[in-house]
Amino acid sequence: MSELWEGITRAIWLVVTLDADLVEITLRSLRVTLSALVVASLIALPLAAVLAVRRFWLRRATIAVLNALMGLPPVVVGLLVYVVLSRDGPLGVLGLLFTPTAMIIAQVIIIVPLIASIAHQSLRELWSDYHDLLISLHTSQFQRICTLLWDGRRALLTAALAGFGRAIGEVGAIMVVGGNIDHHTRVLTTAIALETGKGEFALALGLGFVLIGLAVAVNLCIHWLGQTERTGRW
Amino acid sequence: MSLLPMVATGASVRRQGKVLIGPVDLRLDGQGVTIVIGPNGAGKTSLLKMLHGIVRLRTGSVSWNCPVEEARERQAFVFQQPVMMRRSVVDNVAYPLRLIGVPRRAARAEALEWVKRIGLEAAADRSANVLSGGERQKLALARALIRKPEVLFLDEPCASLDGRATREIEALLQDAVAAGTRLVMSTHNLGQALRLANEIILVARGQIQEHRSAGDFFAGPETPEGRAFLRGDIVE
Repeated sequence: MSELWEGITRAIWLVVTLDADLVEITLRSLRVTLSALVVASLIALPLAAVLAVRRFWLRRATIAVLNALMGLPPVVVGLLVYVVLSRDGPLGVLGLLFTPTAMIIAQVIIIVPLIASIAHQSLRELWSDYHDLLISLHTSQFQRICTLLWDGRRALLTAALAGFGRAIGEVGAIMVVGGNIDHHTRVLTTAIALETGKGEFALALGLGFVLIGLAVAVNLCIHWLGQTERTGRW
Repeated sequence: MSLLPMVATGASVRRQGKVLIGPVDLRLDGQGVTIVIGPNGAGKTSLLKMLHGIVRLRTGSVSWNCPVEEARERQAFVFQQPVMMRRSVVDNVAYPLRLIGVPRRAARAEALEWVKRIGLEAAADRSANVLSGGERQKLALARALIRKPEVLFLDEPCASLDGRATREIEALLQDAVAAGTRLVMSTHNLGQALRLANEIILVARGQIQEHRSAGDFFAGPETPEGRAFLRGDIVE
């Protein structure tokens, strides 16, 4: 219990004093996760819309695979990315292993199925509402997809939020491909794992509370954005 | 070049092995209002959707006086349950213009004129999902009319609306007819058919039973179904 209390006070102290290491690690966490989120959303949201609108061979199988991939073990993803990016791997020449870019790649692979599956559920319902109207207006496939993505944007925020939550708390894959190198690839989750390993529970807890605070802050921001529907903004 | 005449030849629609409508031979020409009447499940909605081209034909053809792609651009459809897009009232009305590349500002300006015309200017920037049934139907009508369609299909647009909302919708429809739009509309309301129709199509059991001028139909239907319908008997 004392460690928990000490963790809380340590977290407050780290935040109040704007600890340089904490700021650096936090900003890197945010940069990596938000970059992965943007890239994953650019892939997953149009994919979800295409799956909602188009009827094609193996569509059901694609959806089933996407749903199954939501449970992809991060460590395995990390291992695969490691193999691909390692010196002898097919993309080894790019020299991306143990860089934030490698961490972003791993996170993208982990959260694309999650965002796409949740987004697909929302867009499928929206498409059933809009189907007759959009067919009647003689819209192209591209216009249908754009319309669904725009009109479903608040529901899609929830999908993106789920992706953010998964990515910001991810440790297995980014530990493997990032290497947890100080001032280079260390992020909040890998720092927590390191401090726990060293027996520095208070600092690990402090970093944990900062991580929770960060996730809650981003959630609240998105929740606020979602509420703007009531006033007709956004 | 006019969109009409429209000619349906042996056209039919099936779903899961059941014939919903057809085979239909029909010619639509001239101006005014064609009212489609008939009991529930007779095939009125299927007929309208088939002519508009939003359901796949099982047999036959529906041809217009221009290529089919162009014909689709020059028609509109108002559904019985109006589809409200998750947008503001004015953006709902502007949507068809945005689809054909009208700049956002110009599309919104024109949409706002329509919103004022249907009496919803106070709700212009509010979400369309908060509108009442009558307001939704007026919005759907404005959205259909904003591209000035030459033919407008309406599937029971006044179903479950009160007298005032029905009167407002009918006034908009009469304005559209005066502006040269050809209306093809289904209804259960014989009074409405009497007020608006230039010609009547009676549909029963997936077939067109009668297609005559409104005056002739109301003076004396040719078929037992038509006579029963006018008497207020149950037609199946």
